[in-house]
Amino acid sequence: MSECTLLSGNEAIALGAHLAGVHFATGYPGTPSTEILEALAQGDYEAVRVQWSINEKVALEVGIGASLAGRRTLVTMKHVGVNVAADPLMTLTYMGVKGGLVLVTADDPGMHSSQNEQDNRNYARFAKIPVLEPSDSQEACDMMNTAFELSERFDTPVLLRTTTRISHSKTPVTPGQRTESPVEPGFTKDPSKSVMIPAYARGRRLVVEERSGQLAKLAEESVDAPPHLSRVEMRSPDVGIITGGIAYQYVREALPDASIFKLGMTYPLPMEAIRSFAQMVDRLYVVEELDPFWETEISAAGIEVTPTGLSSVGELGAPAILQTIGAGDSIVGAEPAGGIPVRPPVLCPGCPHRGVFFTLRRGGYAVTGDIGCYSLGVLPPLEAMHTCICMGASVGAAQGIEKALGEDAPNTVAVIGDSTFLHSGMTGIADAFFNGSNMTTLILDNYTTAMTGHQGNPTAGYDVYRSEAPRLEFEPLVRGLGVDDVVRVNPYDMQALESALKSAQETRGPSVIIVEGACALLPWAEHSPPYRVTDECIGCGMCLRLGCPALRRKGTGKRDQVLIAADLCTGCGLCAQVCPQSAIVTEGDDQ
Amino acid sequence: MPRIDDVLVVGVGGQGIILATDVIAEVFLRAGFDAKKSEVHGMAQRGGSVESHVRRGESVHSPLISPGRVQVLLALEGLEALRYAHTLNPQGTIIFDPQRIPPLSVATGAQEYPDDLTDQLSRYAAQVTEVKGYEIASKLGNARAQNSVLMGALASLTELPRDLWLEVLDSRVPAKAVEVNRRAFERGLESMSENR
Repeated sequence: MSECTLLSGNEAIALGAHLAGVHFATGYPGTPSTEILEALAQGDYEAVRVQWSINEKVALEVGIGASLAGRRTLVTMKHVGVNVAADPLMTLTYMGVKGGLVLVTADDPGMHSSQNEQDNRNYARFAKIPVLEPSDSQEACDMMNTAFELSERFDTPVLLRTTTRISHSKTPVTPGQRTESPVEPGFTKDPSKSVMIPAYARGRRLVVEERSGQLAKLAEESVDAPPHLSRVEMRSPDVGIITGGIAYQYVREALPDASIFKLGMTYPLPMEAIRSFAQMVDRLYVVEELDPFWETEISAAGIEVTPTGLSSVGELGAPAILQTIGAGDSIVGAEPAGGIPVRPPVLCPGCPHRGVFFTLRRGGYAVTGDIGCYSLGVLPPLEAMHTCICMGASVGAAQGIEKALGEDAPNTVAVIGDSTFLHSGMTGIADAFFNGSNMTTLILDNYTTAMTGHQGNPTAGYDVYRSEAPRLEFEPLVRGLGVDDVVRVNPYDMQALESALKSAQETRGPSVIIVEGACALLPWAEHSPPYRVTDECIGCGMCLRLGCPALRRKGTGKRDQVLIAADLCTGCGLCAQVCPQSAIVTEGDDQ
Repeated sequence: MPRIDDVLVVGVGGQGIILATDVIAEVFLRAGFDAKKSEVHGMAQRGGSVESHVRRGESVHSPLISPGRVQVLLALEGLEALRYAHTLNPQGTIIFDPQRIPPLSVATGAQEYPDDLTDQLSRYAAQVTEVKGYEIASKLGNARAQNSVLMGALASLTELPRDLWLEVLDSRVPAKAVEVNRRAFERGLESMSENR
């Protein structure tokens, strides 16, 4: 078991959780966190029970139960997921744990796959809990054990924060030994610690303060001493840098001679050790990605910090550090070539969402959107999404537009995927029923959580182990939420969808249209023979407005005929439906 | 020629770029080096432009190669080669597959696909080599082995033994595709000696 292998940060967290004796793990998929639970489920770790929860709040609540039952528990999510789980988190910090509880937040500086780049170190200060940040996969693996020990020793949830470049970079890992939690499993009834009515919460509030002091003391004591949360690397005394996480790697690359104070537990800070370090170097810098979180704390402690001039927006990198602290002796790349056609991500050939956005655009609807592959409906040529805020927000936003403008409101439709609807769209529908809204919601049910890589959810019919799971039916669900006008539509029949939309807009009370069709990338999705373009094509380009990667013009002329790449076409037939010349045909049409 | 330590693999989501850098990084590691690789998953994969960094050395820090330091740019698609060409060290090599995958903006006629790729690429590199990976792999019966052809071409620029590459490749591709990927790799290796 001691062989060195390349693991992503996420795989290393899964391995580390197993080695730390985790018994229960849950979370909600979200880039860049998703692969942690997948690796844990695929890892053949018999002692670990893994499951996807319906959203991050439920995940943390289930996790709290598991911890109270005395089991080491891992809960994972992306940075914005912690917003959803913040409600239980802010009270969990008062309650503490029984079995260790580690909450992994995977942040996304640069917003590679997110709607914002919030810095979740702020949650550590907000919730008064420790946060650990690994700088590579080996640390991610090793820190899991430390995190669980700290959680149990200090009776606190522990935040482990990664960023995209930690989660999705592969670096060598040599695993250590597996340990078991010393905690005896079993649920103990202890209301004054676990029932946060005001009378008990006031008592726990004092415990939190006391714990904060103990954690600050631990931070000081563990610099270059067990459990080795932070370390000092003395090199040249000219420049000293306080850093941690992925930023540590960028600093090492850019400034190999600099002395470094490397933070492993990045809140609370070992302020006295930092003060001593500051006295050993001529100039002290703080290099951190996103918010000036450490710099603010360190400056507030009266330690003089030289401003770096680094941006608090987006990802850091070695070049930026060289150009600022390194005083410009950097190699910069050449100028990028000009006029290169852009290549944003696109809906896949055969995607069941394509016809929906084509129809919505043609109908001139105002579309409140949501989080998923279908967020791509905002991009040309479909351009049929007008808001996208957070998980589930499409439903509320559509009602708000209707309520604010009444008769003058545009024809508004909320568009939300199956997993997102279950995550936090259901409450918006019940709210619309209660408040007498006439809004229309389209549930795009492709039977999976597609964007993050086909994770199971309550309508997918399979779980994190890809084993069969019970299926929840949308129609009775939305009827139960008060919607009488519910119809089911085939996503590849745009005429049917158009009629359903018109009828829904005319109906009083909330309407729901369930658009049912499997994600074209699911292994069991049924594809039809490919279509082809006949000589009847006049090059009008109507089919190209679908934005299907299988379609393109034969040449560079504006009226050149279109051709269909047979190896990409799934035979969905949308292009044939929009062709005014009936020039797009398939096998059966030839006879 | 200096040892090849920093390789950037680029292309279009779905071309097997992540698998390719998994193989390259593991070859580096098994050859006794520190190795790291990095890319972005999620939304960027849906037919979008993809870049994946692979590095080796006695000790590697940043998983990302700084602009201007890429030694080999391995591109599974021509337009993507041009998009990342500026990250190359001017002494470096571009190996690109001339297969064209027009992005939507080109398919709809809003933008044009450059037709002087090799000329444009030559401005950024000491050597530019075309390797028809897609065509070769398709003729071998499995277009998905395109990435193995390109890996073979990359392998020819390294001192690392052919058997090590094949051993890692075998362990990473589906059992039924081992043979075609081996042949694709060999064809990539050969194509580079033909080019010299």
